[in-house]
Amino acid sequence: MAARERFDHEIEAIQADLLKLSNLSIQALETSFAAFIEKDFEKAKEVIEQDAVINSLEEQINDRVILVMTRQQPVAKDLRRLVVLLKAAADLERVGDYAVNIAKESIRIGKERFITSIELLEDMCYKAIEMLRQIVEAFLEENMSKAKEIAEYDDQIDEMYGNIITHLMRLSSVAPESIAQITSLSFICRYIERCADYATNIAEYLLYLKKGQRYDLNQ
Amino acid sequence: MVDLMNKTNNKETVNIKTPSPSMGPSIQAADKNSVFNTKNFNLWYGDHHALKDINLDIKENDVTAIIGPSGCGKSTYIKALNRMVELVPIVKTNGEINYRGRNILDASYEVEELRTRVGMVFQKPNPFPKSIYDNIAYGPRIHGIKNKKILDEIVEKSLRGAAIWDEVKDRLNQNAYGLSGGQQQRICIARCLAIEPDVILMDEPTSALDPISTLKVEELVQELKDNYSIIIVTHNMQQAARISDKTAFFLNGEVVEFDHTDKIFSTPKDQRTEDYISGRFG
Repeated sequence: MAARERFDHEIEAIQADLLKLSNLSIQALETSFAAFIEKDFEKAKEVIEQDAVINSLEEQINDRVILVMTRQQPVAKDLRRLVVLLKAAADLERVGDYAVNIAKESIRIGKERFITSIELLEDMCYKAIEMLRQIVEAFLEENMSKAKEIAEYDDQIDEMYGNIITHLMRLSSVAPESIAQITSLSFICRYIERCADYATNIAEYLLYLKKGQRYDLNQ
Repeated sequence: MVDLMNKTNNKETVNIKTPSPSMGPSIQAADKNSVFNTKNFNLWYGDHHALKDINLDIKENDVTAIIGPSGCGKSTYIKALNRMVELVPIVKTNGEINYRGRNILDASYEVEELRTRVGMVFQKPNPFPKSIYDNIAYGPRIHGIKNKKILDEIVEKSLRGAAIWDEVKDRLNQNAYGLSGGQQQRICIARCLAIEPDVILMDEPTSALDPISTLKVEELVQELKDNYSIIIVTHNMQQAARISDKTAFFLNGEVVEFDHTDKIFSTPKDQRTEDYISGRFG
């Protein structure tokens, strides 16, 4: 096998691992949010336990990238491609961590009923999940216009985040006895908003890969 | 009620940043003097048009790397810079190669003077079959220096300059052939320094050396650039990226791209450059 072919095969293998990592992290986010809505603690614990798989997959990607860098000594776009794979893997692993955080908060809230409608939070979470899914897809297809377009949804998520937090703060003054739940809900809201930021980061990495310049889509 | 949580944005950024240089030595000031300014230079070996309309402005105290696949004309180009290429009888040239403002292709230009100012180190170490001392003293003696004390000083200074003094100071009278390949190459560099050139041309100077000797020569190049302008032909992309300030990519006798090394190895302008440095051909 020619050296370049081996390089291309190794990149493809790392991309396949990244897709797997993204599926696991997004699934963890979906499951933890379902556990939160359904108050299903078994499901929440499952997410916490499965995080080790996500972490080890990220480590595997890191090792593979370092090995390719060592053996192939890539430059220019080839080097950027490896660097952005490394960064995207780190961000997707963080999404897995936020899924764990949401699972822990839902266990903390326990069986007590929600003191407010969580419809907007649900909406926000599904949007963030869809953003992640589509941006990872665009990233692997190296489709810049799609990535940029999806990243624009981050503004909607930020707005939803602002509205929910304002609502929860207002609620804390009228229902001070529920401050623990309000805090947990605020944290969950914050975790989801961060996940959308990571999706935007991945879109930025794609632009960096293609153009060799840094962009900030997260303003 | 106030929104206590700020929008998450962990970046203090402007919209678009240019990539920060990450590889290689620092970028030089724009106002450096030209050492070799080549204008519309063409060279033929018989009917074969080996160099086509070369335009390159090489600055002083830079390390300039010349890269490109075999047969692209890079060695021909540096051999044109000290007119060694004229030793091939079928060579024809036109255009200009200005060394410090004077066209070296002018019939009136004295080639001996040029080669005193422009030294050369070759791919394979080629010491003379003489003692280490005599190898270094050879050039100065030809230039008429007979005084033993002055020659001793030149030999020591040159060997120190080539970072080999400590390894050979106790055996200066031994034959240079007894040294390792890496040491022989540094002897050749010292021999080149002994005539106090302005420019050092290096034609794949480390291709016959092991990694440790290569590293020593590369470190030496970095030290020498303070006092000399260096033009190095190399097949080793990492070497060009590590040691040069500017890189010229030659392909089929043309200069495809000439830019700061950081730029060439991170975001080259021409797809052919990207393909070559990434190992897609050549």
